[in-house]
Amino acid sequence: MIGLTHYLIVAAILFTIGVFGIFVNRKNVIIILMSIELILLAVNINLVAFSVYLHDVVGQIFALFVLTVAAAEAAVGLAILVTFFRNRGDIAVDDAAVMKG
Amino acid sequence: MTLADLNLVWPELILAGGALALLLIGAFRKSAGPVFDVLAMLVLAAAAVAAACGDQGRAFAGGLVVDNLSAFAKVAIYAASAVAIPLGGSWLRKRGDDKFEFPVLIVLAALGMGMMASAGDLISLYVGIELHSLALYVLAAFRRDDAKSSEAGLKYFVLGALSSGLLLYGASLIYGFAGSTRFEDIAAAVQGHAGNGILFGLVFLICGLAFKVSAAPFHMWTPDVYEGAPTPVVGFFAAAPKLAAMVLLARVLSEGFGGAVEQWRQVIVVLALISVFVGAFAGLNQRNLKRLWAYSSIANIGYALVGLAAGGEAGVQSMLLFMVLYMVDVTGFFACLCALQRDGKPMETIDDMAGLFKERPGLALAMTAFALSALGLPPFSGFFAKFFVFKAAIAAGGYMPAVAAVALVGSVVAAFYYLRLIKAMWFDPAPGAVEKPPLTANAIAIIAALFSFPVVLVALVWLEPLALRAAAAFG
Repeated sequence: MIGLTHYLIVAAILFTIGVFGIFVNRKNVIIILMSIELILLAVNINLVAFSVYLHDVVGQIFALFVLTVAAAEAAVGLAILVTFFRNRGDIAVDDAAVMKG
Repeated sequence: MTLADLNLVWPELILAGGALALLLIGAFRKSAGPVFDVLAMLVLAAAAVAAACGDQGRAFAGGLVVDNLSAFAKVAIYAASAVAIPLGGSWLRKRGDDKFEFPVLIVLAALGMGMMASAGDLISLYVGIELHSLALYVLAAFRRDDAKSSEAGLKYFVLGALSSGLLLYGASLIYGFAGSTRFEDIAAAVQGHAGNGILFGLVFLICGLAFKVSAAPFHMWTPDVYEGAPTPVVGFFAAAPKLAAMVLLARVLSEGFGGAVEQWRQVIVVLALISVFVGAFAGLNQRNLKRLWAYSSIANIGYALVGLAAGGEAGVQSMLLFMVLYMVDVTGFFACLCALQRDGKPMETIDDMAGLFKERPGLALAMTAFALSALGLPPFSGFFAKFFVFKAAIAAGGYMPAVAAVALVGSVVAAFYYLRLIKAMWFDPAPGAVEKPPLTANAIAIIAALFSFPVVLVALVWLEPLALRAAAAFG
């Protein structure tokens, strides 16, 4: 029987992969965007699983908000990425070192 | 949803409607101008009046809380946003980059920040944060033909999206283990004992918000974004969004997690002390003033967090006063940077400021006031800001007085870089003539400097009870 814990574990694994995808992969911005989507997916799995477990619809409404905002976020991110590409000719983040921290 | 709910959210309705109307006007006129800027400022002013005079209560079943705290924060946020419009407008116009989207994006960001200030639910918290973040990402990359600006926008976007992800993951755990997204119900679930699941979620939520206020160790985006983004946009970044995120943090912690105060106080104290020291020591070898002020803002957020960690009415009041006084200082400082140009190039490093006092005594005096105020020297506003924070920390007892003492050491270290800037302006020889500063930026800088001293002495008489009333909203 698949219970709440299984869903939470899957979400935790996805979340960890997403966070590591951002910190370990430092080359390709597209992969960073995919990692961000993975994090948001993990959150959605959490929300829907809790929503079913609690018999409370708010979690599913929250998940819908997250989906909508994630789409807007991806649109803004890709638009910024396009201006970045126009100025530089590539999207490798390794070269994004005009400014150094 | 009833009409009574809508009656409580007039500021948001005005801003949302105003932004859409401005977008239409801009799309038809194809070009922005000072008139368009004034229209956007009028929208913000109308929203500020609505926030200050409107009814109070809870709208949308507790989703939005309209109380003294949100009114205080909203007026400050809308005012800071309104100042950013003419500052940025004139700066961008000079560089041939003025697009009508700039004021519209500021109005949209102000809408999001207003929602953050009155969020009473994890969903409205998330929507408010994203509404302001998405506008800020675009503002950072606003000069789209400039490599630095688009790089700043990209870095801000990637790290901002990561922080939203952390925050959301925390929110989902809190929802699951507390059984509700509303802060009141979370408070009921936390009362007595807070389970590990909720505390785990709370830590993620605090991490996400720490990213937004650029508290160390979540500060790594700040120096790069501040250096790359257009100067007036940085002045905006450093002021209003920080206040909104701090108010949001105060509301989540006091309303939602008042029962777990001992647990979150430790986390906030650690964040505060790391911020103060990272801001002080990492700033020491910075020559670029925008980067330097990024570290200065990290250190200042540390002091505001000390106030928040002190807890109670006095703690929240000191945090609000600190943030408002800091907002005026930082806006004025970036107005100075917007105003100064030599040989067609912006003056951005400490060495560029050499001999400024002989060239532009007014702006040099203003920058001296901002540096001394950030240093916390009496009688400038920064002194009073720190005074309230340390007073609240000492009154809180426990280990808070020790925390205040350690934070004070950090501010002594930071004194070095503020004094180095003042030395360069007053005593070093000037390498060339400074161009005539534009009127708007100059006026904003001088007014902010006059506020820093002596107007603050009068303003505090009136700000202090207002901040106390706002802090008392938590009851």
